[in-house]
Amino acid sequence: MTEQAPALEMHGITKRYPGVVANDGIDLDLRSGEIHALLGENGAGKTTLMNILYGLASPDEGEIRLDGAAVTIADPADAIARGIGMVHQHFMLVPVMTVAENIMLGEESIRGRIFVDGAEASRRIRALAEQFGLAVDPDARIDTLSVGVQQRVEILKALYRDARILVLDEPTAVLTPSETEEIFGILRRLVGEGHSIIFISHKLNEVMAIADRITVIRRGRVVGSRLPGETSEEELAELMVGREVQLTVDRGESHPAEPILRVGDLHVRDDRGHETVSRVSFEIRAGEILGIAGVAGNGQEELVQALTGLRKPVAGSISIAGTDLTGASSRRVAEAGLSHVPGDRHRFGLVLAFPIADNLVLTSYYRAPFARGIARDDAAISAWAEDEVARFDIRTPSATALAGTLSGGNQQKVIVAREFSRDPKVLVLDQPTRGLDVGSAEFIHRQTIAKRDAGTAVLLISAELDEVLELSDRIGVMFRGELVAIVDAESASREEIGLLMATGGREARPDPLGRAG
Amino acid sequence: MKRLMTRLRTGWARAKPFVAVPLGAIALAMFVASIIVLVSTFFTDTGFDPTKPFAVFIGLFGGAFGGIDKVTNTIVNATPLILGGLAVGLGFKGGLFNIGVQGQFLMGAVFAVGIGAMLASAPAFIAMPVALLVGTAVGAFWGFIPGALKAWTGAHEVVTTIMLNFIGASIVAFLVLGPFLTEGYSFARTGDLGNSGLPTLPDPLGLGLDRLHLGVLIAVLAVPIVWWFLERTTIGFEIRTVGANPDAARYAGMRPSFLIMLTMTLSGLLAGLAGSVELLGTSQYMVASYGTTVGWDSITVALLGRSNPVGILLSAILLGALRAGAGAMQIEAHIPVEIVDVIQAVILLFLAADVIVRRVFRIREAKGGIEAVGAATETYARKVAG
Repeated sequence: MTEQAPALEMHGITKRYPGVVANDGIDLDLRSGEIHALLGENGAGKTTLMNILYGLASPDEGEIRLDGAAVTIADPADAIARGIGMVHQHFMLVPVMTVAENIMLGEESIRGRIFVDGAEASRRIRALAEQFGLAVDPDARIDTLSVGVQQRVEILKALYRDARILVLDEPTAVLTPSETEEIFGILRRLVGEGHSIIFISHKLNEVMAIADRITVIRRGRVVGSRLPGETSEEELAELMVGREVQLTVDRGESHPAEPILRVGDLHVRDDRGHETVSRVSFEIRAGEILGIAGVAGNGQEELVQALTGLRKPVAGSISIAGTDLTGASSRRVAEAGLSHVPGDRHRFGLVLAFPIADNLVLTSYYRAPFARGIARDDAAISAWAEDEVARFDIRTPSATALAGTLSGGNQQKVIVAREFSRDPKVLVLDQPTRGLDVGSAEFIHRQTIAKRDAGTAVLLISAELDEVLELSDRIGVMFRGELVAIVDAESASREEIGLLMATGGREARPDPLGRAG
Repeated sequence: MKRLMTRLRTGWARAKPFVAVPLGAIALAMFVASIIVLVSTFFTDTGFDPTKPFAVFIGLFGGAFGGIDKVTNTIVNATPLILGGLAVGLGFKGGLFNIGVQGQFLMGAVFAVGIGAMLASAPAFIAMPVALLVGTAVGAFWGFIPGALKAWTGAHEVVTTIMLNFIGASIVAFLVLGPFLTEGYSFARTGDLGNSGLPTLPDPLGLGLDRLHLGVLIAVLAVPIVWWFLERTTIGFEIRTVGANPDAARYAGMRPSFLIMLTMTLSGLLAGLAGSVELLGTSQYMVASYGTTVGWDSITVALLGRSNPVGILLSAILLGALRAGAGAMQIEAHIPVEIVDVIQAVILLFLAADVIVRRVFRIREAKGGIEAVGAATETYARKVAG
């Protein structure tokens, strides 16, 4: 047996939806013991292809072969039975149940006829965890575990069901740099034991670091396959976007002036009454970008809500250009010159059922020239909307199209157009490029630098450390609700920030089982 | 001619996403009703009669539109439904399900006739507007209560408005048997309206439009006013934003709790106006056990009209026509008037289960093209992802 059949072959996969070809004759093969990266922008067809593999969609044309044998995958249960495991970007775990309970959900070991054999399941999980170096306590409750460990549980869940082919969808999106290193170690060990992995990502450096082969898809077609040793990040980006892309932001020199936003000893509680922001103090000067790095869920969300008037702080002070705005309403804060690009654009930033024009005036509809008394001036609104659509390159047939019909990148451009055009003194950007393709992210970064140069004080909160490192003049790190450090971007190293994100700069070593709190 | 055709075609293309499902629901409801009528003929003395369904619809149509008097009857029947439908539709736009139109209608109605009877001998230009305003204001107050409860305590408006419907009906009985009871009749009722009653509209050509009262004009005028308020004012924009995405409304600096109270109050106001107009214009007096289905029919009207004021106007006329034509149909086709309730109920059923209507008539979702697929797969992916 000289030529072993690949673990997985997808041949000429085509999937059409009315008016769009999501997958157009895609070929993909996965050798056993290989990490194959699938690279592409949002909407390139990665998700459709994986949905086909996992039995969530059926292809119009093409065939799937497992170990050389043609198969039809009817549904996810069928996919699992054939040894395909999927680790989604958003974990599907029951927070109040233990690791073991989550893993055996639907596959319970049974003792007698009705009793669930928890001990047997725990034993099997321990054995699997040991075999692949996935340190997890089977009896820990999910909600006590850090995100990195929850991801290991997801991987264990797939292995427990005897998956030989693992699909990981953006697995590093929620991880700290050190957690990313750990998961890479685990993946290498898995392929060493004969598993095969499809690694979906849009992060070029990670793909270069982990993949054995890289396949790039754009607009439903494979546009190239590369070996990491024979390509560069620049080439991959160009393949992915279809044009030359500037990967690093040319941020030039900043010229900070007087302090604009001042935050003093701020304390904020979340909906459950837990204090998630403690003792936070900082100031941002005009013409300066302060980046806040931190693993998601360390108080960034509540900090932003307190600054933008969506949540009342329990103590501390907030002021903009000398005006005290502690506990002020969103409207007052906005009137004082604060613009806010929210982290959850579907929840806060847009009304998807409304036209783009209405969304572009969502925070200024009540003022001239968009309103006269209580009457809206629809002519003024639509004229302005058309200008903004052109100025911010929002790809839509018309400003009367509903915001919900836009792609994620264009939706974010609507929010950016609205908030940047208000000529803000302070700009709060929460995850401004989350889930966006390279091209849209590049655009928003350039606009942000332009605002900084125009004298706006910018607060940038992002779970993407690279984004914070690239744009910021100073970098603060949030850890368990506290701003544990603010460092100069020039002198900050990636490793130093990563360590602060993971440990808060304390001596304490992270729990080897990764229990948070 | 050709230009007219293309204009009609583009007009239809633009309207289709909004009207296709309601029209389909009506067609399916007529079909289901036909089958029921057909089956029912097996159990009658005359035996199986395949022409019966046609007789029903011919009877209904003739009864509703076959003559000036019939048309005016349809319009008068539609009048409270227009205002009630606008009340429910306004709530829907604000993200609120006002099931309390029934109670708001009754409260508005009883205060309008009660106060109206007290002012029966006052000058008409005082008595009539006062009675109308009092009834409307009481309806608004009856809508404000569930609005305030929701804004302050989070109590769901569906629960509170249902409760307030019962309380409203009881208050009607109390008022008619107590403070508003007028002696001198063979049964317990409110007094004569005298100068408080709504005048009929002028009929210079003598067409016999004498049943059309001022309330008809009020209801028809309310349609563009409510449309303008919702679509062309800043406060209407705020109400729609809260309805479509309350978090985004908060983000944009709007005040959702105030807007919830306002929306419920305005919804109650329209419902109270419906009750006042109906009583001051048509029924003239109230009895303790006053029965009406306007509050419930208004929900059907709003759903069928997709909360769009013009759609509500057309839906109200349809339901008004069904009510107005029912009598004639019963006489001609010998089918009980209750078949009208069946048709109405089945329409509602198909509106709720619009998937069936879409499947039968091959109607796509009200979005178009590539973006819709993108949005759909994105939401699906998110659903799958957790």
